[in-house]
Amino acid sequence: MNIGKSLLALFVLPGLLYTVPMAWLMLWIERKMRARMQGRIGPFFYQPFFDFVKLMAKRPIPRSPFDTLWMIGLPVSAIGALLASMALLPVFSTSGGFIGDLVLLIGLIEVPSLCAVLAGFASRSIFGQVGATREAILSITNNVPFLTAIVALAVSANSIRLTDVALVPSGAVRALVVLTLLVCLPVKLRINPFSLSNAEQEIYAGPTTEFDGPRLALWELAHGLEWVVLTGIVACIALPFRTGSWMGDIVLFTLLSLITVIMITIIAAATARLKISLANHFYLKWGMGMAVLALIVAVLGNVV
Amino acid sequence: MGILSQLVSIARRRSPWFFHLNTGGCNGCDIELKACLSPRYDLEQAGILLVGSPRHADVLCVTGPVTLATRGALAAVYNQMPEPKAVVAIGSCPATCDVFAGSPAIAGPLAHILPVTVYVPGCPPRPNDIVKGVERAVRSLAGKEKDNK
Repeated sequence: MNIGKSLLALFVLPGLLYTVPMAWLMLWIERKMRARMQGRIGPFFYQPFFDFVKLMAKRPIPRSPFDTLWMIGLPVSAIGALLASMALLPVFSTSGGFIGDLVLLIGLIEVPSLCAVLAGFASRSIFGQVGATREAILSITNNVPFLTAIVALAVSANSIRLTDVALVPSGAVRALVVLTLLVCLPVKLRINPFSLSNAEQEIYAGPTTEFDGPRLALWELAHGLEWVVLTGIVACIALPFRTGSWMGDIVLFTLLSLITVIMITIIAAATARLKISLANHFYLKWGMGMAVLALIVAVLGNVV
Repeated sequence: MGILSQLVSIARRRSPWFFHLNTGGCNGCDIELKACLSPRYDLEQAGILLVGSPRHADVLCVTGPVTLATRGALAAVYNQMPEPKAVVAIGSCPATCDVFAGSPAIAGPLAHILPVTVYVPGCPPRPNDIVKGVERAVRSLAGKEKDNK
């Protein structure tokens, strides 16, 4: 992957130019669908954009230079990591990539969660700390099946290169892995039934309780980008082929991402928040069960 | 007015987030305020959201007369809100202390403690009036209406 192509992937497609409007669209679809399922009308499509502009235009409460630094640095790190992961995704048949980019992607998509935990603890708010603790616990339990599923796919493809992993033809492993990833998404996106870390009203706003104005706007943007990247991973892995043209690839990728958003929003709107013990139990039983089954099928497929 | 400030003005009008604080009322206004979030009135269609932290809020909705015990909390919550911000006094209690007037436990009407942007009268006011009150406060945030009192 040469430098020009990398920059194009980071800032244009599927990077900044595609990801930011798509993040606002996905945030809107989530809010609108939730409202419609509750019998409400819900917000207009421009709502997440106006929320972002309004928050950016607010004058935050003055804080010490160090507090200002980490309050801006943490969400900016999360946004940077998410944009880099988006640039790594094998959206196009000509994406190329490099050996080991799967490991880098897994590392990068954990950065926002880590930043949220740090933000919660550093804010010195009791609600932020409770939210950060929940985020850390859920992140560990959730990552066990998530990583096992990714490893199963890598074993099946016999490669740690994203393009090979995404295009591996094994149907059974792919189906199990996609199902496991779908089950893991609500925790990573902090939505029902696993919205414990930012349980709205219950612990105020979780790790972002102390963030105001532009600092909160950056977190909102990071959250939107998380939607695009995580549903994008499912979209990339779900189908073992690409159309061949960049236009067809991006349309297919967008459609699959939006279908994923709709599926997990329906689950979120139809369920209530679970206790942390129930959430952990669910992931260690069902999530891990599916991921281990995928790994067994992948290993057996390689042996046979 | 430049394009950017016009955009900010529209965004402020279309995206008001409010924080609700009861400063010692009877809960009547709180129930009416919660009714605004129900499918019948659905504040979210106007972009209005109830937020859990005052740091996220643009509008502070106060219900109840201000008691001596809640005066400090009220000032703390108001000071935590970033500018620009507005205060909506919901019901008769924050305006006049209503039936609680003269009580030794009351610190006084809301206007003695905070600058009130909009009063929504009633005991309790109807959800429709609360929605209108929040929208008027929001217009003042966007610089469209100078005096809402």
